[in-house]
Amino acid sequence: MAKLESSLKNMVLSLFGISLVMSAALGFVNNVTKGPIAEAIKAKEVNAIKEVLPPFDNDPVATLKEFEGVIFYSATKGGLPVGYAAKTYTEKGYSGRFDLMAGFLPDGTLNKVVVLQQKETPGLGNNILQAKFSDQFMNVNIGDLNNQRLLVKKDGGTIDAISAATISSRAYCDGIQKAYDALMKNLITKSMEGKSVDTTKSNAAPLTSDTREEEANEKIGGRK
Amino acid sequence: MKNMKFFTEGLVRSNPTFVLVLGTCPTLAVTTAAINGIGMGAATTFVLVCSNLLIAALKNYIPDKVRIAAFILIIASFVTVVDLVMKAFTPDLYNTLGIFIPLIVVNCIILGRAEAFAQKNKVVPAILDGLGMGIGFTLAITLLASIRELLGNGSIFDIKLVGDNVSTILLFILPPGAFITYGYLIALMNRLKARYSN
Repeated sequence: MAKLESSLKNMVLSLFGISLVMSAALGFVNNVTKGPIAEAIKAKEVNAIKEVLPPFDNDPVATLKEFEGVIFYSATKGGLPVGYAAKTYTEKGYSGRFDLMAGFLPDGTLNKVVVLQQKETPGLGNNILQAKFSDQFMNVNIGDLNNQRLLVKKDGGTIDAISAATISSRAYCDGIQKAYDALMKNLITKSMEGKSVDTTKSNAAPLTSDTREEEANEKIGGRK
Repeated sequence: MKNMKFFTEGLVRSNPTFVLVLGTCPTLAVTTAAINGIGMGAATTFVLVCSNLLIAALKNYIPDKVRIAAFILIIASFVTVVDLVMKAFTPDLYNTLGIFIPLIVVNCIILGRAEAFAQKNKVVPAILDGLGMGIGFTLAITLLASIRELLGNGSIFDIKLVGDNVSTILLFILPPGAFITYGYLIALMNRLKARYSN
């Protein structure tokens, strides 16, 4: 067949036909992938929550609450609170915003922090991903620190920064601080009252937190 | 068998990365780790093969004056397919490649092959050309990425090849390292080509 001539009618029809077929195809692909995409996003979130908190048995995604831009998930085991996971962020990274997931125990002590998404310089700023840096935050209670601020050593705090410029380390602390402040303001005060009622009901909660502490102490001793 | 030459052309002699020097944006940007090279290469190859096939099949129905618009429509649709599928089934790789997946739309290799090859040829040679060019691109960026990952991070495909205390040459996973490695690889390819064509 000879090539279609470039008349207005042919051009319009040809482009229209291609757009129609292609959009139908895209609609189909979108339908097929919609479920898996939502699942992949949820799985990533749940995995991060699992990583930063002690074992729990509820669905934390269902408990989602947002305070001051930080998203909180509360985790419970057998109905008792085991902690809060906070999806927090900072704008102070070297390459702009990065997202963290910080796990807090019911009393506000940091359990563990993982980075969800970051664009920091490979080999410099992205060393925030290394255990040497992130392990410093385990079992830190910001409430016990000077002025209740989490700071790098250069600023008079307790955290060993990863590079001399301390930009990424400061940003990391900033993200956690944001989560801690929002947590103390909105969740802990209320749940503390709830907790005292819970402990009278069952001895399971203090027991588990004791063993947790022991484990953590062993870990610290082993590293030294 | 004469169709095979359409396939092998893209692998070495007209390699899109080292000889035609097309599509250098993803080539420089995503090649910080070897796995990114494979992922980017596979996504590009898929788009290249599908768009070459469709454009070769439809060439008589696309009037000349709107051909670029029609090509971009076709290419953009396949890129969106790749984008959605990767987001659904390989979320980690999708996060690393980020913006460079949607940017395959404007990758010169794809529009270049549509314009220079697919619209003038039959379907089978067009598919083979797309496959050859795509695999040539994949091999080239995976090689580039492996060298950068090895020198900059001491690993290939995330497998550590040097001890933890060995310091690596950070420069190679930063943007300047991409240019340096790319330049040396092109020089090496030219050298080899000159030697074997005589």
